[in-house]
Amino acid sequence: MAAKVKIRGKLSGSVAKIKLLIPHPMETGTRRDADGNVIPAKYIETVTLYKNDKEVLTANWGASVSKDPYLAFQINNCATGDVIKVTWVDNLGETGGGEISLK
Amino acid sequence: MKLNRRQLTRRQWLGGMFALCGAAILPSRLFAATTTAFKATDTKAVFQDLFGDLPIEESDAVHLRTPNIAENGAVVPVSVSTDIAGVESISLIIDENPNPLSASFNLTADIVADISFRVKIGKSSTVRAMVKTSDKVYMATREVKVTIGGCGG
Repeated sequence: MAAKVKIRGKLSGSVAKIKLLIPHPMETGTRRDADGNVIPAKYIETVTLYKNDKEVLTANWGASVSKDPYLAFQINNCATGDVIKVTWVDNLGETGGGEISLK
Repeated sequence: MKLNRRQLTRRQWLGGMFALCGAAILPSRLFAATTTAFKATDTKAVFQDLFGDLPIEESDAVHLRTPNIAENGAVVPVSVSTDIAGVESISLIIDENPNPLSASFNLTADIVADISFRVKIGKSSTVRAMVKTSDKVYMATREVKVTIGGCGG
């Protein structure tokens, strides 16, 4: 299991501002190491966000999203206690995620 | 009719297989368009894979924010927002990257159409934000100058 996703959620009125930091190498598969060997591609393909187990946002990514991806977005109609959950899957099938409840 | 044990298990097995087939076929059809779009190597092919025949129009209602000059192409902050109603997806295309399509977000009604993230840009390039609704695609473009590339060493 990979390192946990860092999630920050701030509720202003009924809109929740969410920020994510996902620790992940996001290797494109075109870089080479010091010996000239290709570093194999490893990048997140899909990130799914849930609000109280209901899917609200799906992100499909290519290898050109930066290393340790950052993602900020806003969710409508949120209230204190709502659970925001995130899961990701990379091209090698590794998964990770995290969740917070809004305060 | 009373089912004996063997018939029951056979029915269950058949039902299970059908369910499996359905589960296997549905998502692959759904995701087919986006996965080919991510492998495409030029912007035109990305348009075709993502939007098919939908008309694409440049629009002031799509706001794409990027730096004019990215000192480090490996980490370029990008944010896309729009006032357009009924947004289905927001995509970001970087023309000069080996695979131009960088990210594609499928939105639901609960999400505010305002998303920020960070991308790699190999060399100075046109960056396009595409906002898809059910009958049209709206586009905003910006030129980003890169002084140190984000792809390769």
